[in-house]
Amino acid sequence: MEIEIHVIHYLVISTVMMFCGVYGFFTRKNLLALLISVELMLNATNINFAVFNRYLFPGQLEGHFFSLFGIAIAAAETAVAIAIIINVYRNVKHILTDDITDLKG
Amino acid sequence: MGITLQEIAFYAVAVCIIVCSVLAVTTGKILRAATYLLFVLFGTGAIYGILGYTFLSAVQLMVYAGGIVVLYVFSILLTQSDKDMKYHIRRGKLVSVLLTTLIGAGLVLFLLVTNGFALNLIPQGDELPVEQIGQALIGTDKYQFVLPFEVVSFLLLACMIGAILIARKEEKKD
Amino acid sequence: MDYTILILALPLLSFLVLALAGMKMPHRVAGAIGTLSLGAVAVLSYLTAFSYFTAERTAEGTYPTLTPWNIDWLPFTQQLHIDMGIMLDPISVMMLIVISTVSLMVHIYSFGYMKGEKGFQRYYAFLSLFTFSMLGLVVATNIFQMYVFWELVGVSSYLLIGFYYTKPEAILASKKAFIVTRFADLGFLIGILIYGYYMQTFTFTPSEEQLMKAGMVLPWALGLMFVGGAGKSAMFPLHIWLPDAMEGPTPVSALIHAATMVVAGVYLVARMFPLFIGFAPSVLHWVAYIGAFTAFYAASVACAQSDIKRVLAFSTISQIGFMMVALGVCTSMNPHEGGLGYMAGMFHLFTHAMFKALLFLGAGCIIHAVHSNEMETMGGLHKYMPITHITFLIACLAIAGIPPFSGFFSKDEILTACFQFSPVIGWVMTIIAGMTAFYMFRLYYCIFWGKENKELHAAHVPHESPLNMTFPLMFLAAVTLIAGFIPFGHFVSANGESYDIHLDIQVAATSIVVALIAIGLATWMYAREKQPVAEMLARRYSGLHRAAYKRFYMDEVWMFVTKRIIFRCISTPLAWFDRHVIDQFMNFMAWCTQAFGVTVQPAQSGRIQTYTMWFLGGIILLTLVLLLF
Repeated sequence: MEIEIHVIHYLVISTVMMFCGVYGFFTRKNLLALLISVELMLNATNINFAVFNRYLFPGQLEGHFFSLFGIAIAAAETAVAIAIIINVYRNVKHILTDDITDLKG
Repeated sequence: MGITLQEIAFYAVAVCIIVCSVLAVTTGKILRAATYLLFVLFGTGAIYGILGYTFLSAVQLMVYAGGIVVLYVFSILLTQSDKDMKYHIRRGKLVSVLLTTLIGAGLVLFLLVTNGFALNLIPQGDELPVEQIGQALIGTDKYQFVLPFEVVSFLLLACMIGAILIARKEEKKD
Repeated sequence: MDYTILILALPLLSFLVLALAGMKMPHRVAGAIGTLSLGAVAVLSYLTAFSYFTAERTAEGTYPTLTPWNIDWLPFTQQLHIDMGIMLDPISVMMLIVISTVSLMVHIYSFGYMKGEKGFQRYYAFLSLFTFSMLGLVVATNIFQMYVFWELVGVSSYLLIGFYYTKPEAILASKKAFIVTRFADLGFLIGILIYGYYMQTFTFTPSEEQLMKAGMVLPWALGLMFVGGAGKSAMFPLHIWLPDAMEGPTPVSALIHAATMVVAGVYLVARMFPLFIGFAPSVLHWVAYIGAFTAFYAASVACAQSDIKRVLAFSTISQIGFMMVALGVCTSMNPHEGGLGYMAGMFHLFTHAMFKALLFLGAGCIIHAVHSNEMETMGGLHKYMPITHITFLIACLAIAGIPPFSGFFSKDEILTACFQFSPVIGWVMTIIAGMTAFYMFRLYYCIFWGKENKELHAAHVPHESPLNMTFPLMFLAAVTLIAGFIPFGHFVSANGESYDIHLDIQVAATSIVVALIAIGLATWMYAREKQPVAEMLARRYSGLHRAAYKRFYMDEVWMFVTKRIIFRCISTPLAWFDRHVIDQFMNFMAWCTQAFGVTVQPAQSGRIQTYTMWFLGGIILLTLVLLLF
């Protein structure tokens, strides 16, 4: 018994998710909302890894583990980012991107 | 040839993911955005399940849905940013963002469609055994991943320390 | 003769000490340091001269050329290197004596003259610097070392002329001196470069082979070097700086602008003399013509000046003209056949340094007494200042060429050399010698006799100077009295062999008669209380008198040439080109860069979202490009 779902369908989902993240990343001004968009993008890539692994190389596990590590790294990134955001909030009292333009030098 | 339960489940999950993704980036309240993200993550977990990667699915639920989203919610509350997020965005910028996003998405979809994937079958219920995952994680042979595993664990440790150090309240110097 | 290095080292050391720590010292100590080191230098110079001239002559009957010190300073190629060292030969030893004697006298004299002046220590520091550079110039082992010290001399002259730097005239005068001499030094430098380029050496005595290489360009090199010498020695038309240089303190004028630095040009020609004789006799004769014209021009200007230091300055120019003529009329290296002028010129350099320094120092005493340079404030000073009067008279008699004073002997040798060359030059120079006697006695009478400015003298009685000022006068007067009897030809002559000076009775008698007539004329015109003849002449030939008083408008000519011709026709278009083309091009480039910067600056907004958007846009574009092509 096999399920018949074309691989394109998975990829469409991940693409939509990815570009939703992109859209959010460009339009949001709240740093936390920005981070949420980043999470969406990360998720999209993780899905792709898993899907390709499953469909193209069912006997191996590289994609699977990439997804796994991706999750771990996303967790790490989120922890650090949130720590930074909280620190920014403490200093600037806002976490809007318009307020944080010091990168300009 | 009828539609199987798995297919129904997949399409339901797909619709859920797409709708929630769009909502997560368009909603005006950040707490809601976090909630929609949570649903997206649930959906992703479900897709892993459908693909047969139940272990990955479990990790996704635990780490993402259970850990990260909670972290989000806490930090949203901590930074008092759970207010209206409808900031004004300039029309020009909105247009360019939409254009970039749509062209990008269109391009990727075009590539996907024209690439001509012929794969549409996976063995159903062929679950990846946890034992195999465990062996792969601690082995040093080909297709075994002890080094990335250790690296990631080290990274997590570093991040934990870093996060604590950054977010810590500065001691008042007298 | 290793101690000769001290002759250079002591003044330099004294300059460094005074310049670095002088301001902390009391005046007396600073002056003492300078004077003592100069005294030591003078003693060493005399010692050097004594041991040099008492040493054995070589087989050819000449004194050997010694180089006690020499170091390779800047080696350019195997053959071409610039050395620094000390060279002793008859003329450099003679110059050592002249410089150290006059400099020592000036150092002693300045104790009295500069007493209580602000910047006393600075003054002594500069004097030491000047003495060091002048000594370095005369003992130079090669032409490039000479050039280096030549410029140092120019700098110290500039510093000392501008010593009273709060006076605008002094600043203008120092700038003028520096610019004019620098302008002439350009010729010198080009000459040196030609010399070094073609001969592959900087020494004064190149080998036959090297001389062959230079060939036709050697006259050009020597001519250009003479241009530098003419600038330093105030030859017409580069003389304009010297009268203005009198703005400096009077002892400085005595040292630099009468006795030592201004004869550097003569020394340069004497140094290159064998080359001039051997390869560029026509250039040498041009030196003579320029010298003769300068001597005449300066003598005629000196007759009409009213500032006593200006009279002396023009007299100096005129006498340097004499020396140049003496060198220029030479036709061979043999003093018996047309080479007499070399010895005569050097002899005149020696005696002139002594009596001209004496004249300037005497003028300094007079200025000290009446606080003015103008003749009208003087007159009848002989009763107030006996020592100054007597010494000044001795110097006047010497420069006028009356025996037995030193000037007579040296001038007589010059005239003899001129008559040997051509009677025309001989008579011209005799007449100029007569003019010299006339204007010097005009000066003498106007200062010490003539119409006394009683009003002024009653208000402030002129007084004789203190001993530290009169001692140098007496010393130099004594030297002037006896210097004529030095057997100079025995030490210095064109080919180095001993030469006995013998007076040509005919020439000597003529020159004495001319001088006596000129002195009598001056006595008749200026010695009395009223001066009707002089006034009448000045009235009748008012145009000529005015022109002579204005130095025949040479300064105006220079101003015209520089301002109207050089500035307007060359500098202004160049400045326009620089300002409107080159600068504008640079401005345009700057503007472009700025405009570009302003255009792209908004992209550097500091907003991570914008950056990412550009990034993504770029990726999309790249993908499209890859897809389409």
